[in-house]
Amino acid sequence: MVEEPAVGGVSPVAAPVEAIFREERGRLLAALVRRFGDLDLAEDMASEAIEAALVHWPVDGVPPRPGAWLMTTARRRAVDRLRRDQAYAARLAVLQVEADRAGPAAPVESGSDLPDERLLLFFTCAHPALAADDRGALTLRCLAGLTTPEVARAFLVPPAAMAKRIVRAKKKIREARIPFRVPGVDELPQRLPGVLQVLYSLFTEGYAASSGPDLQRLDLAEEAIRLARILRRLLPAEREVAGLLGLMLLIHARRDARTGPDGAIVLLDDQDRGRWDAASIEEGRGLVLVALTGGPPGPYGVQAAIAALHDEAADLATTDWPQIVALYDVLLALTPSPVVALNRAVAVAMRDGPRAGLALLDELADQPRLRGYHPYLVARADLLCRLGRLPEAAAAYRQALDLAGTEPERAHLRRRLDGLRLS
Amino acid sequence: MKYMLLIHSGAAGDDTSAIESESESFFQDWLNYDKAVKEAGIWVSGHSLADLTTATTVRVGPAGERTVTDGPFAETREVLGGYYVIDVPDLDVALDWAARCPGSRGGGSVVVRPVAEFEV
Repeated sequence: MVEEPAVGGVSPVAAPVEAIFREERGRLLAALVRRFGDLDLAEDMASEAIEAALVHWPVDGVPPRPGAWLMTTARRRAVDRLRRDQAYAARLAVLQVEADRAGPAAPVESGSDLPDERLLLFFTCAHPALAADDRGALTLRCLAGLTTPEVARAFLVPPAAMAKRIVRAKKKIREARIPFRVPGVDELPQRLPGVLQVLYSLFTEGYAASSGPDLQRLDLAEEAIRLARILRRLLPAEREVAGLLGLMLLIHARRDARTGPDGAIVLLDDQDRGRWDAASIEEGRGLVLVALTGGPPGPYGVQAAIAALHDEAADLATTDWPQIVALYDVLLALTPSPVVALNRAVAVAMRDGPRAGLALLDELADQPRLRGYHPYLVARADLLCRLGRLPEAAAAYRQALDLAGTEPERAHLRRRLDGLRLS
Repeated sequence: MKYMLLIHSGAAGDDTSAIESESESFFQDWLNYDKAVKEAGIWVSGHSLADLTTATTVRVGPAGERTVTDGPFAETREVLGGYYVIDVPDLDVALDWAARCPGSRGGGSVVVRPVAEFEV
């Protein structure tokens, strides 16, 4: 029997301990931020406490209350640090007074011995005063427990560049004093969409990588789903959180069917629906119900409902296109955007035929956001093809080919072009 | 923590007619805002600036020679028209006061900048 070699010096004993920390790190960090009102100190102390645990736990065993052990260790180290650095301590004392005004501490729930303060971090990391690019990076680092090199890999940027971005974002939080607080009920409608947007961007970035050799980066999509699950537990009454998690699960359910064995793209009509993940679809459908009952629907709930209709259909022909068009009408009213109008036009083409769809697409031709947007050109080319207008279809595919980002997408378009030449 | 609210008006001539027709209520909005800032106990300082055409720029070169020029004139769309310095607990509170400022409406904008604090 051959033993698995320990990778990178990680012993088999340490591996499960590190898995515990991935879950606990965000919680510990949030509790420390809540206590000290300072992200840098909280990060340093969280790391020191986890390092200490990695030394002690494999020898002494995991303590009965691991969260409390980590918190006590972190707090003790923080006291040492502040005793050595009086100026830092004085600054923190001011922050502490203000942290106390942030509202009552979160209750300790079952399953962990640390109160869950992560909602504070979700809102601070997604704060509108931070650069849009930095919000996702910070969320991955603070809440998903990813290291800076891991975050860099997720976004396909060099580690040094990512480190610079995270430092810049943390500096703004510190120096502009972006507070660690959960917005009040009256502010929530304004602030929650920003948090959801961060998670959805992470998911879509993972799902359809905007550049690079791989069409999907599953890790990022799965991180986004994990974070959405946490947020759903923290905000159970917010139906749009349910809608977002449902939407992610319903799209993610098709992941295995979305690429062929060679990494080539497989479109919805050609996907082997038997390979869709039935459990994810089931869970997603339940969340759609939650998202669409008890009040007016939000954009994520409606998009999840559309995804559910696709997932429920046996094939493209029996898909409930009238219902999908109706849902796009609702979505267009909630979030008027040329991209939504594009998707609606494609659904109309499925319901009423390619000519009707093409007429709607041509109405959108002057939209600045769709100029140079390759999915628009591909949709148009597909409909032209179905109408037998092959030279125009070929021209549109060629234009789209110049604009498509990932290699599998380009390969798919080349195959379409070749198909036109043969016919 | 002190924040400066830099109040930029939309470029002159943009929608002057609209401003003129509403000038009465516009002026009243500013009086109300100024009163609210002072009554909240957060006011540190603040001024509204005279028209940009009255501005003069001074530069001093390496040999100490002084250059005085008329202007600057608005090359960018928005012109600094005044400022407040307020003392509030954090950025969220500062952003709320910026959003209440009449200068953030009608094509104008308010830039919120923390005042640097130096340890002495």
